[in-house]
Order: sequence, then structure tokens, then C-alpha cells
Amino acid sequence: MDWLNAAVQGILLGGLYALFAVGLSLVFGTMRLVNLAHGDLTIIPAYVALVIVGVAKFNAFYSIPIVMVIMFIVGYLLQRGVLNFVVVRGDIAGVIVTFGLSIVIANALQEGFTANSQGLDAGKIENLSITINERLAIGWLPLLIFVMALVVITLLQLFMNRTKMGRAFRAVSDDQEAARLMGINTRHIWAVAMGVALLIVSIGGVMMGIRTTFHPLLGADRLIFAFEAVIIGGMGSSWGTLLGGVILGMAQTLGARAFGSAWQILVGHVVFIIILALRPQGFLAKTVTA
Amino acid sequence: MSTPIATSVSGEKRYSVSVASRTNFYILAAGVIIFIILATLPLFGGTALTRRLVDFFTLLALAELWNLMVGYAGLLSAGQQGFIGIGSYTLWLFADKFGIHPFIAVIFAAIGGAIIALPAAALVFRLKGGYLAIGTWVIAETLRLIVANIKSTGGGSGITIQAASQLGTETRVPGAYWWALASALIAIVVTYLLLRSRTGLALKAMRDNDLAAESAGVNLWRSKMYTWVIAGAGCALVGAIVAIHLLRVQPAAAFHINWTAYLIFITVIGGMGTIEGPVIGTIIFYVLRETTSKYGTWYFIALGILAIVVTIWSPAGIYGYVIKKTNFMVFPLQRKLSVLDEGTAPAEIGTGAEKTAG
Repeated sequence: MDWLNAAVQGILLGGLYALFAVGLSLVFGTMRLVNLAHGDLTIIPAYVALVIVGVAKFNAFYSIPIVMVIMFIVGYLLQRGVLNFVVVRGDIAGVIVTFGLSIVIANALQEGFTANSQGLDAGKIENLSITINERLAIGWLPLLIFVMALVVITLLQLFMNRTKMGRAFRAVSDDQEAARLMGINTRHIWAVAMGVALLIVSIGGVMMGIRTTFHPLLGADRLIFAFEAVIIGGMGSSWGTLLGGVILGMAQTLGARAFGSAWQILVGHVVFIIILALRPQGFLAKTVTA
Repeated sequence: MSTPIATSVSGEKRYSVSVASRTNFYILAAGVIIFIILATLPLFGGTALTRRLVDFFTLLALAELWNLMVGYAGLLSAGQQGFIGIGSYTLWLFADKFGIHPFIAVIFAAIGGAIIALPAAALVFRLKGGYLAIGTWVIAETLRLIVANIKSTGGGSGITIQAASQLGTETRVPGAYWWALASALIAIVVTYLLLRSRTGLALKAMRDNDLAAESAGVNLWRSKMYTWVIAGAGCALVGAIVAIHLLRVQPAAAFHINWTAYLIFITVIGGMGTIEGPVIGTIIFYVLRETTSKYGTWYFIALGILAIVVTIWSPAGIYGYVIKKTNFMVFPLQRKLSVLDEGTAPAEIGTGAEKTAG
């Protein structure tokens, strides 16, 4: 792989990481909950799509809207049924419950679907690419994922800034007591936030299932990449998250180009650690509260 | 009352503050007897039982250390597997490469863990709460990938510890057992002494309200650093014992996130923020795993659900529930106030269960 090609693939990969990271960041922003099950919750959409495609026998792409709706409902119910009890109780309870959830999801998927890698079939688009020149080709699917990241971040910003619900999100984020006094149902808002977060990760989760294979134990890496993108970009900034995703993605692909594919993820971690050491607030931080 | 540490007179009533009760001394005596039985077990217990108890005591030691870190210092680590892995590989380095006896190389592994803990703290202490947890996880993953990418450590497929296999079963199993027992004992004693010390008070103040603790003069960073380094060294020590026990180290197994999952489930179910909780939790975990692991990972899923349920509805865990009902601790850490009234038996004013984290 050429250097330029590696860089371009890294940028596109960054779009995927940003899609996962936006969900993590949205949940933290509205309820100060660090969801350690986030990575595993990005795997579930791929399995839901697998079941839908298995039953309905159509192109995996058409399953994406259905999966998004299902995951919104899953997120809403998960928040109302379990996580709302934890949000008000602070960091330790939050970490234990979401970590427990992560282990439960990963092992339950393994029991239900085996540990084998699975794939989703979407026909020709999986391999189609735009050839710029003989050394640079951009796959349609990675490009589509990147564009979806841009669309999602733009829509999320519009939602937060222009709608009544978005205003409630920001109010709950700033001061949940005051928001409640103003008549906002914080439990409902948190549940919607979790629903929206899972709806967003469904897009990336299913598309990654089409692009490559997936298995139940991918969650840990997904969580860590999303976290690294959030910290590199700076907490509370959506475009920062995209920048963080792109930096991480490029670090990984360029690292693989320089040292071999075994080093891909390690180089990403090392770049993250260097940035954490030198610029702990990230590049485009809006808030410093952790 | 047996050990009043202070008495004072206020109005007509005399007050006494004590830590331990008479029952605690009986329990201490029983503890000494149990310890003697456990210490001599390899001489009469047989290899199979001894092997199983190595598993048990290493888990107990790890759970106590995690409990110290989270239950008292509020350091939410999800990356202890990093120190376990480093301990295993440091043992291999000292035993096989430098030719030091494996039972002595264990000490170097602990030192190795402490050395890794220092720069790791400088990084992860920049993060807070849940993000600190993922940060520690990243450190563990980074260490795993470094080890897996080094050719001389056998890479991803791991390496056999020659020095340990040359010891022979009759030396290796009792040796690993005594180290495992010692590590659990050290973890409990260090936790107890640390919590009874000045730093312990600071830690408890910090856990209950870090802002108030800091304004009362507690050096948060230093108190966190102590517990972090102690836990790092302890986990590396246990990692070295596990390596001797299993004879083989593999990056995927030694640095596996399931280590942290075991510790969290054990501590939370048993009772976080108490020394006794992890003991109860380890027994429950161990019995459940030994009896049901043939049905796959369902026991693990059940433990995860139980940990979630306990955190939400009974955050003090099983032992916390016992303290609440009886106001009694095997390892007394709270100060109890009692009124000494002339002519009547001293009546204890219930200070209630100590506030447990969560």
C-alpha cells in the first residue's frame, strides 16, 4: 500500500471511529455516564441485521433503517430499565454496571451466535471502488461510511441547537436539577439520548458488518477506539470527535504501512498516549469537566 | 469494651471509643489456627487440592487489591490485567534469561509492576472516573501488543517457562501454593494496615468526598499514587505466581480483560469497601465456576447480571448487608462510640455500617 493510499484509508477509517465515538460522547455529555458497554452495543446491530437478513432474504443495506429503529428502542428501554438507576449514583456504579453489561453482552452473543466470524451480504458494493490513479483507489463503502459520519454529526448539531428536544438535552447536560425544576423529565431525556446513541452506532455497526466480518469479542477494541477519538478530539466537541477519529485512523493505517499490519493498533495507542501526555484536554475541547 | 482507644466525660455520661470488640480476638485466634492449617496444607492435602487453592488464593489477592484501589481510593481501574501480564513476563525474563530461581524471580516481578505503575499513573491520572477506567484498559492493551510484537518473547503464541518446568511438580506446586497464600495474606494485611494508618483515613475521606478531603489537607494525588503502585506491584506478583503455576505465558491470556471482570464481580458481589467482602466474593465465584463451567460461559453471564443487580439494589454487597444487620466486622476499621453508664451495662450507640462506596 502506498503512503498516500494509507493516509486516505486512514481518514476514511476515522469516519467510522467518529460514528462510534459520537454515541459514546453523546451519552457522556447528557448524563455524565461513561458507557463501557458501548463497544459491545456497536456489535449488536450487526447481529440484528444478520437475523433480519436471514429471515427477509434481502440486501443487508435495506436492513439498516430497521436496525436503527430496533436499536433506538433497545437503548431507550436499557436506559429506563437499568441505567437510569445508575446515572444518579456516580462514577463507580456507572463503571461497574456498564462493564458488567459489556461482559454479559459479549458472552451472550458468543453463546447465541458462536465465536465465529460472520459477514453481511450487500452484493457488489462491498468491492466497488473509485480508481483515482493506479496507486490510489477509494472504496465506495468506506467513503459512504465517512459521508454518513459527516451527515450524522451535522444532523446531531442541528438537533441540539435548533429543536426543543435538543434544548432539553443541553439543559439536562448543564444542570439536571435545574432542568428538572423547569419541568423536563430527565429520565425520559436520558433514555432518548441512549436511544439516539445506539441509533447512530447502528449505521456504523451494520456497515462495518458489510465491509468486513464481525465476531462477539470486537467490542473492547471498538470501545477503546471510540474513547481515543473522543479524548484526542477534546470532550464535548462533535467536530473534535471527527478530528480525533481521523487522527487515530491515520495513525493506525500509516503505522501499518511503516511497520507492518501487526503494529497497526499499537501505533494508534501510542499516538493516543503521546497526545494524552502532551495535550490532555484534546484538540477542540469545549468543556473540561470529566 | 476491650480496647478503648479514648474515653471522655461529657456531662453525666462517660463515653468510650473503640475499634475492636472481644469477638474480634476470638476470631483472630481462630484465624491463626486456620492459617496454620492452610500453611501446612501441601504436606497432607495432595497435589490436586493444592493446585485448586493456588487459583483461589491468587484470585483473592487480586480482588483485595482491586478493592483497595476502587473501594477506598476511588481509582476505577479496568486495566489490572496489564500488571498481571507484566508480572508473568517479568518472571519469565528473570527466571529463564537471567537464571534466577523462579520463587525469587517473583519478587522482581512485583518490582517490575511497581516500575510500570509509575509512568502509567502519570498518564491515566489525567483522566477521571469512567474515562480513567478505559484509560487503564488502553495501557493494558498497549503492553499486551508490545509483548505480542516482540519476537524473543515468543510473540502472540507465548512461551514456556523452562526454569519453572524444571522444578518438578513436587517442588513447583507447593512453592506456587505458598506464594499464592502469601500474596493473599500480604494483600489483606497491607490493606488493613494501610487503612488503619493516616493514609487510610485520607483514603476514606477521599472516597466519601474528594473535594472536602482535599480542603482538609489530604494530598489526593499522593494517596491515589500509593494505592495505585501497591496494586500494580501486587498484581504483577500474582501474575508471576500464575506463570509458575501454568508453566506457560501467552499475551492473549495473561493480558485478558476477563481478569478484571473476575475482580469486579468478586468484589462487588462480596461487598466493596470492606476487607471481608472479597473473601466472600471469591468463595462464591470459585464455587460457581468449579461447579458450572462445564456448561460454557453461562456462569460468567450470571455473575455479570448478579454484579449489576447488586450494584443497583444492594450496593454494599453481601458483606455490607451483614454489617448493616449486625454492626460487626471481622477486620474492624470503624471507630465505635459507646456510652459507659455507671451501674448499667455499656450500651453501644450504633454508628451504623460504614458508608460503602457506590
